[in-house]
Amino acid sequence: MSLSRAKSRKRQRMYIIGAVLLAVAGAAALALTAFEDSVVFFFSPSEIVEKSPIDPDQRLRIGGLVEEGTVTKLQDGKTIAFVVTDMAQSVTVAYSGILPDLFREGQGIVAEGHMNANGMFVASEVLAKHDENYMPPEVAESLKKSGYWEEIEAKNAKKMRN
Amino acid sequence: MHRFAKPSVFLKLTAPILPWLAGATAILIAAGLYFALFASPIDYQQGDTVRIMYLHVPSAWMGLFCYVGMAICGAMSLIWKHPLADICARATAPIGATFTALCLITGSLWGEPMWGTWWVWDARLTSMLILLFLYLGYIALVNAFDDPDRGSKAGSALALVGAVNVPIVKFSVDWWNTLHQPASIVRMDGPAVDPSMQLPLALMILGFTGYYFVVLILRVRLELNERRIRALHLSGMFDDNAQDAEPYDPGHNAETSQ
Repeated sequence: MSLSRAKSRKRQRMYIIGAVLLAVAGAAALALTAFEDSVVFFFSPSEIVEKSPIDPDQRLRIGGLVEEGTVTKLQDGKTIAFVVTDMAQSVTVAYSGILPDLFREGQGIVAEGHMNANGMFVASEVLAKHDENYMPPEVAESLKKSGYWEEIEAKNAKKMRN
Repeated sequence: MHRFAKPSVFLKLTAPILPWLAGATAILIAAGLYFALFASPIDYQQGDTVRIMYLHVPSAWMGLFCYVGMAICGAMSLIWKHPLADICARATAPIGATFTALCLITGSLWGEPMWGTWWVWDARLTSMLILLFLYLGYIALVNAFDDPDRGSKAGSALALVGAVNVPIVKFSVDWWNTLHQPASIVRMDGPAVDPSMQLPLALMILGFTGYYFVVLILRVRLELNERRIRALHLSGMFDDNAQDAEPYDPGHNAETSQ
């Protein structure tokens, strides 16, 4: 008699813990969905274009791939301009400062700054985004030769669009 | 199952396992470090910096693994009131906290040369920092009560509620865009790490997991022995021995013999 009562108490505690966990998980899911815009680290060029015109006072981050052949030095000799793309939309980014070592054409980057009136993104900081692929140089070489490399870059661009 | 959860059975079962587990762990970590530092290729992009990954990824894995273990022990301690579950949860917390801190520190050291920053508040890094705070909060909470039972109740509740953060850490890189790269190992398309780099990583992950269980067994045994000594003191067992042996703690004997 008392044994079964103890058992039902344990079952009751189990249900209570399960219910509390479900409630907490639900609350967390709702909160994170509601604040999605502040949880995401950056916006893709598509999202920036969609949101534009963006108030120049608003600081935000843009993320995407540096488009091949678009990195140029402006006339003042210290500002670098390049196009950030997610293969659907592109935004030109201007930046004067130290670029991370991994910065190069085709690389994923995240820039922080604001949009100016001409639709150019003026960055105050540029970070390199590393992808999830780890391989020795020889493997990278052979992937480039076999043409599989473009597939990886296309995948990265797609991920940036999210 | 309760039969195995008895403290005496725990001591008897783990005693023969411990030296083997400790030996295997030492070999795994030594071999893992050798491959990680010397016998594995550099990365095409990161160069030698890739070697930080062999500490970072296993630490991250252990941070999550220990938390899941702690939360399960917390649930068992709340539901079945089993003292061994509570001891395991308390013993796990500092180990998990250390691994989580190691993960954050190595990640930061990698981020500076690769990303160009020590720290950003993206979803992965922030949720991992919250994991560390959950560990520290648990440790502070279980020790904040004079009555250890109340401490373990409050701590178990915190550990369980905090378990919501575990899937957030794991899937943060899929649910939101982050500066942190997506999963490289446990993912739909199979690992994105070259096989030559998977070996040191696997050795280190196994070694770290072994290390956790070695330290867990040692810490649980320590706590069980401490409790046994305390119980013996309280039962006045040492008073009887005092006649034929040197009294261990005369002051204590005087107190308990009253």
